[in-house]
Amino acid sequence: MSFAAIHIPDFIVQAVVRGEAALRERAVAIVDGTPPLWSVVAANRRAAQVGIELGMAKSQAAQFTGVEIRHRLPAQEKTTHEALLDLGWSVSPWVEDSVQDTIVLDLAGLRSVFGPEEKIAHELAKRGSGLGLSARIAVAENIEVAILAARGLPDVTLIPPGEEAKRLSALPVHTLLPAPEILETLTRWGVESCGRLAALPVIQLSERLGQEGVRLHTLARGALVRSLVLAKPSDNFQEEMELDDSVEELESLSFVLGRLLDQLCERLAARSLSARSIRMEFELERSFEKGLQLSAHADQHKLIPRKFEKILTLPVPMRDSKVLLKLARLRLQSAPPPAAVIKIVISAEADRVRTTQRGLFLPASPEPERLELTMARLANLVGDANVGSPQLMDTHRPDAIRMERFRLAQEAVGGRRKKASAPGEKDSSAARMTKPANGFRLLRPSVPARVELRDGLPVRVFFYGSSGEIVAASGPWRTSGEWWQDPWEQAEWDVEVRFSSSAQKNKRSLNPGSERGLYLIYYDLRQQGWFLRGMYD
Amino acid sequence: MRSNLATLRSDVELSLAGRVVSPFGYRDRKSVETVLTGIPEIDALAGGFPRGALTEICGPPCSGRTTVLLSALASRTAEAEVCALIDARDSFDPRSAEAAGVELQQLLWVRCRSLDQSLRAADLVIQGGGFGFIALDLSDVAPETVRHVPLNAWFRFRRAVEDTSTVLLVLEQESNAKTCASLVLRMSMKGAKWSGTAESNANDNAAGINTAGILRHSHEFLAHGGLAQACLPHARLLDGSDVQAEMLHTRIQSVNFQQMQNEFRQAQNGPVSIERHFAGRDFANSGDGFERSTTQSFAAQSMWSYLHAMPVEAKLK
Repeated sequence: MSFAAIHIPDFIVQAVVRGEAALRERAVAIVDGTPPLWSVVAANRRAAQVGIELGMAKSQAAQFTGVEIRHRLPAQEKTTHEALLDLGWSVSPWVEDSVQDTIVLDLAGLRSVFGPEEKIAHELAKRGSGLGLSARIAVAENIEVAILAARGLPDVTLIPPGEEAKRLSALPVHTLLPAPEILETLTRWGVESCGRLAALPVIQLSERLGQEGVRLHTLARGALVRSLVLAKPSDNFQEEMELDDSVEELESLSFVLGRLLDQLCERLAARSLSARSIRMEFELERSFEKGLQLSAHADQHKLIPRKFEKILTLPVPMRDSKVLLKLARLRLQSAPPPAAVIKIVISAEADRVRTTQRGLFLPASPEPERLELTMARLANLVGDANVGSPQLMDTHRPDAIRMERFRLAQEAVGGRRKKASAPGEKDSSAARMTKPANGFRLLRPSVPARVELRDGLPVRVFFYGSSGEIVAASGPWRTSGEWWQDPWEQAEWDVEVRFSSSAQKNKRSLNPGSERGLYLIYYDLRQQGWFLRGMYD
Repeated sequence: MRSNLATLRSDVELSLAGRVVSPFGYRDRKSVETVLTGIPEIDALAGGFPRGALTEICGPPCSGRTTVLLSALASRTAEAEVCALIDARDSFDPRSAEAAGVELQQLLWVRCRSLDQSLRAADLVIQGGGFGFIALDLSDVAPETVRHVPLNAWFRFRRAVEDTSTVLLVLEQESNAKTCASLVLRMSMKGAKWSGTAESNANDNAAGINTAGILRHSHEFLAHGGLAQACLPHARLLDGSDVQAEMLHTRIQSVNFQQMQNEFRQAQNGPVSIERHFAGRDFANSGDGFERSTTQSFAAQSMWSYLHAMPVEAKLK
């Protein structure tokens, strides 16, 4: 049985650097505290080499050239820790969430999947790099030995059984994370390495340092045995970023969104999951200038919300960060945040990866990702409500339709998609439709018309500046739909109209250059007027 | 005659020698896959709508363009293809489309408000890819407005669908795409068909009135004392219309055309002269040097929405 410990050195720095890839090769110092008393709480190796020390004031640290100073980001640390856990779960289902910067995996049964332990360790390091984490990996048969080795030894370390004490002996004693007073005592005694601590007699050590001393002694020898405390896999995929300066332009916002989506999609990929929906929350800046102007109208403070939210509901689970970014941009273009943004939180509802079983004989259809992008662009162009599939409502009310979101058909059986029709329906419709159906074009809205009647029959019609003689008519056919609510309020007529020669020349005419046309006109009993509903084309 | 033709052929070949390789040799054009329109007469006329090409259907209002569109949509959606309709004036009627057999859930309907919006929407849909059938309905846009669409827009559409399996159909009042269209059909309505009940027909017959389906104004008969009972409008129904399709231009080599080519070669070597062989056939010059039939008529049937609620036995035959 082997265990792998993954440790993120300089965790606070790496949490910040994960969001700014450009800082990876730079000296970085992280400051925290109550303003204006900022002090350095973490620094990477490069910053330490140039002279940055913990506890240094921000103003002092700023005097070192080539050092990037950033503020501590607790939210980033939380998401980095979640990314670390995702890294562990991408390899093993048994993960212990030890501390914020370290996790432990049980490697039992993984040899047949990933290969020998050395290979697993290198794979973990590679995947960590993909998630933006520079990790140290240590593999040992003892959990605590693996943790200590990961903390103290660089890169990838494999400790064979029986060599635990030997490999840990060179590690500094502070790797054991003793209490400050114990560390001070050990330092005063000259015990600076684990090897020296392990060489001390345990009984005398217990007399001076108590049970904690015995525990540290056992740890230093690599003899402390315990079980793994398993962490429950989380379905929470969230990335957030607080911006140093508020951002108003969509371009700059897209840059930040892209980075967060990249990180989110990497985490989803590590867990072999995809996103079913993406939720974007923007914390908006409260403008002091606006506050002063609006102070006389207190209720107007409520007009600009503190938070702005957008949800992208995806037709199929996706984890392509580029496609998700395009969709997010299109959505924000149509409805941008009302104020400058100071914080962005992106969360994904995870789902299993889409598996597509396509048939050899099925006609081609649009790729779901590209279709979603096309739909988003069309929605930006013509409006959300004007793109989709029409669905007829169960009523005879004229033009009673609903626009549904257009989806690709899921069923495909035997190379043909099944039609939802009863056998009786199919036979009767086939018997009816021996000729092509006469097409009908609706006018939205209906066009007002003037109709001359003679003995109750329409004989002449005027619309669109043209007039024509009605040479044939069929009607009236009363209709309204939902007669139990409203009376039959429209009387429809199918009419064949012969246009005059002047009407044919009228360019504004609905039927220029044509002698005849077939139209549907109706008399609206409520509005007491005639209208042109459409034409048979 | 035959010897004259042979001499003429050899003279032409000699004069073009060195400049044109085998001027009378048959060159296979790139074969174009076509799809059925759902209207047998149009399929026989044009061979169907070509894939990877632009087809124009033009004609004045009430000429049958929408009939052809709905039939094509029904045919494509029945084959499980994903279709798109860019509706420039938001005049698509889903109810009549469903009655025509269109599977509405396989149709992406983009409801535009202007020509500019519809052209941009068409661009987006074509670039999105994967659609088997895309229709750009500019039927209700004034012809003078559509004329201002630059030719490179049509060229861009044609290039975008080339090398794909997408059928791009444009409905307009007049043809605008010029040579960018691989097939241009002009529609016109020949006449409407009206039918009545047996009672009203019998009354008409008794009065010696032609009951071909055209209702005369009842007031005329009453005024002239023609009928004791009037032909009431509610006893009549619009049965449909006769539509004519004229093929103005095509780049598709149809089966008929190939057959005619074979016949021409046979006629060259046969006992009967070419004029006598092709005498009596109704052809028009298509520009290919071969003549073919260019018009076809078909009948379109009205789908009355109220019939859907009636039992099958009660429906008019």
